Amino acid sequence: MSAPLLAVEDIGRRFGGFVALEGVTAAFEPNKVTAIIGPNGAGKSTFFNVLSGVLAPSSGSIRFKGRDITGTPQHRFVHLGIARSFQITNIFPELSVHENVRVAAQAFRSRYDLWRDRSAMTELDERADAALAAVGLAGRRNETAKFLAHGQQRALEIAIALVADPELLLLDEPTAGMGPEETREMVGLLERLAADRTILLVEHKMKMILGLSDRILVLHHGRLIADGSPQHIQTDPEVRRVYLGQNDGYA
Amino acid sequence: MTASTSSVAGVMTGPAGHRGWRARLAAWRVPLSILALCLLPWVLPSQALAVNVLIYGLVAVGYNLLFGYTGLLSFGHAAFFGTGAYVTGIAIGAFGLPWYAAVALGIAGGGLLALVIGLLSIRTRGIYFSMVTLALSQLVYYTALQASSWTGGENGLRGFTVARINLFGWTIDFLDPLKKYYVLMVFAAVALWLVSRILNSPFGAVIEAVRENETRARACGYDVERTKLVSFTLSGLICALAGTLSALHLAIVPLDILHYHTSGMIVMMTLLGGAGSFFGPFVGALAFLLMEDVVSLWTSHWQIVVGTVFILFVLFLPKGIWGTALAWRAGR
Repeated sequence: MSAPLLAVEDIGRRFGGFVALEGVTAAFEPNKVTAIIGPNGAGKSTFFNVLSGVLAPSSGSIRFKGRDITGTPQHRFVHLGIARSFQITNIFPELSVHENVRVAAQAFRSRYDLWRDRSAMTELDERADAALAAVGLAGRRNETAKFLAHGQQRALEIAIALVADPELLLLDEPTAGMGPEETREMVGLLERLAADRTILLVEHKMKMILGLSDRILVLHHGRLIADGSPQHIQTDPEVRRVYLGQNDGYA
Repeated sequence: MTASTSSVAGVMTGPAGHRGWRARLAAWRVPLSILALCLLPWVLPSQALAVNVLIYGLVAVGYNLLFGYTGLLSFGHAAFFGTGAYVTGIAIGAFGLPWYAAVALGIAGGGLLALVIGLLSIRTRGIYFSMVTLALSQLVYYTALQASSWTGGENGLRGFTVARINLFGWTIDFLDPLKKYYVLMVFAAVALWLVSRILNSPFGAVIEAVRENETRARACGYDVERTKLVSFTLSGLICALAGTLSALHLAIVPLDILHYHTSGMIVMMTLLGGAGSFFGPFVGALAFLLMEDVVSLWTSHWQIVVGTVFILFVLFLPKGIWGTALAWRAGR
């Protein structure tokens, strides 16, 4: 087993008296796709928000590449190598598709430069176009982002995360709200990305997860109740009881 | 939303249809704006109106950087405008400093205040941000009211008339309204050039990203709070410059310059002209002051008319006069 890219140790998160996450310990190896599943309210989003720095954990620690990053401000995470997408589409609606990705790439070059001409930074344009091509949006680069179809907006968000060239990609329900056709395209994209990236994703669509992931974590009431290969998870009686049994596992 | 976004998109796609047209307009926006300001005293009914459009237009330009481009609704920008004016007046009147030193001090004073008020207000959001900026600017107002030995209190600050300006052995009669206008316009032109530079810079892209989606900008790796603070301070610096120009122009600083009415007027002018457009703030200042001039001829309740027009704009033309004109021209 290679050294873990990301390791969380006894992570807990409380909101007032409510315990959203408790005692979660897990390590994630490079170049693997790990899915996080669980019924609504299981703590998946909280877990993701802790992993991406949106929320600081109430207890426990996060190590990335062997370094303790617990309590690092959120905007530093992408610079460390952790990029994410959101459950609800999160793009820059009034900017062009290209500018959405270009401004994301710019964060690694220039954040407070008041003087240079941004259009002279042509290598950012190239990086943005490459990321757009990777998600199949090259033909839409000049459109205003808000006019894209829902599935394309989700793909754009992945391009925004990809342009950071992250070592760890966190995807929060990448197929949320998508029809079958759009879901198929997204799964195809995720399969291409999975070839050489470490991906953690939260998903509801069970069929998709089983085909895509190397490993599945199951959360229930904020606790990790199972952790293993898709085959293992499918046959785990506890998982079947709390999650899969609810609607035959094909939510 | 208008000028700068389209400039980036337009420049990158190359001239095609209206994008090319808007890219060219954006590329020439500084010389065109300066040309328009040069013509102002000749096309307006009075030179007093022209110089007011210049000064209030510049305040609105500074405010627009924060409101139109960064997406922060401050209700306290009178504080920076007024501080620029007071510091300039006090520097000349009480300390006998030359006019250029007084201008520099006025800008620095207003900018420093913007940095402090920014630090205190930036961590709040939405309506709370507006309220904190309003409260802090009222604090500045009451400080100026109380410190009457320095500021003249309710009577305003007087006694610092600049009669002529000496520059490199060249003397300009500052009592001649037209000459005065063009001297002040040089400062406004420099400020416009700087604002255009900022909007074209990488930082200009960051503030637009923050305006569009704060959460996404943070996830992209931008320190949103610090970005807002830089934008707030830059905005305050430009408003402070406008304040120093106002002091030089009027040779008096009325206490009202710090009142929240002034803050509200700055917001209205920016919205009327078109928030997030480069030249819109000047158009807004012109529209507002022209309405005030014309309507107050036949009723002292001119604010009712201006207010109604303002509401109609917010409801039906949210892009303002200039923003709507650009969108209409682009849509043809």
